[in-house]
Amino acid sequence: MAGENSGLVIKPMDQFQVKALFGGDVNWYTPTNVTLWMALTILAATALMVYGARGRALVPNRGQSAAEMTYGFIYKMVEDVAGKDAVRFFPHIFTLFMFVFFANILGLIPFAFTTTSHIAVTAVLALTVFFSVTALGFILHGTKFLGLFWISSAPLALRPVLALIELISYCVRPVSHSIRLAGAMMAGHAVAKVFAGFTAAMGAAFFLPILAVTALYALELLVAVIQAYVFTILTCVYLKDALHPSH
Amino acid sequence: MEGSIAEMGKYIGVGLTAIGMGGAAIGVGNIAGNFLAGALRNPSAAPGQTAMLFIGIAFAEALGIFSFLVALLLMFAV
Repeated sequence: MAGENSGLVIKPMDQFQVKALFGGDVNWYTPTNVTLWMALTILAATALMVYGARGRALVPNRGQSAAEMTYGFIYKMVEDVAGKDAVRFFPHIFTLFMFVFFANILGLIPFAFTTTSHIAVTAVLALTVFFSVTALGFILHGTKFLGLFWISSAPLALRPVLALIELISYCVRPVSHSIRLAGAMMAGHAVAKVFAGFTAAMGAAFFLPILAVTALYALELLVAVIQAYVFTILTCVYLKDALHPSH
Repeated sequence: MEGSIAEMGKYIGVGLTAIGMGGAAIGVGNIAGNFLAGALRNPSAAPGQTAMLFIGIAFAEALGIFSFLVALLLMFAV
């Protein structure tokens, strides 16, 4: 066990504390580290797209290539996963992707704050998707949207049971949608902090945890990109269910 | 010695829910392994199916997330 003098006092969850930037209590209007890093996220996403679209060169430079590749990648994903008629919702999905992507990436900067590691942040994103997609389904298809739960290819006796299961799995979508992102970001940063704590505790063998942290950091970069991708692709899947509810 | 039996049970329960995450790990590994096996048989069809790969992984992982949720609830809410 970690004694008081061993130096092994690691508090991996301290990095997720919401603090007011200029001291004082945290109210809904207080500028905190969360709002600061959210603002930086939006600035970074805007900067990439504005800078990338500025030149409109036939032979793109690096910034334009990055912006065009991101745009084309998400556009193709919306088209492939959600269908051609989902393209009109592309701006919302692309905004979601850019926000989550840059929040994850900026959170990897040492001493930065990962806004997506808070369930409060990801839950708002996921609930927005959930409610808007559900409303969209009812607006486009009326009560036929409920056909999503009534699987006509199954035997008649099984259908009520399946409908109940489908309904439950539909309603827990925002839960898994939000906790996946928050959990992955929180767990990765906590593990990195724990390994960083070993560096001070291990004395002469300090380079071993540093190597481990370096490897973890590379993995975290991968996870940050993949979680943003997964968040967006699930949004597309949910959107497809609203646009084409029949099984 | 501090704490109560109820608290001990709480922490044991939190540890047990970690087994659920292991189940999700098996599921995700299964999907990725099968995808790789299929992709090596027919590499030209693989790029078109990466979206399906990630959707499958996300759905398999969701059930692990529920056990993580139970662990969080036990730790901080109960």
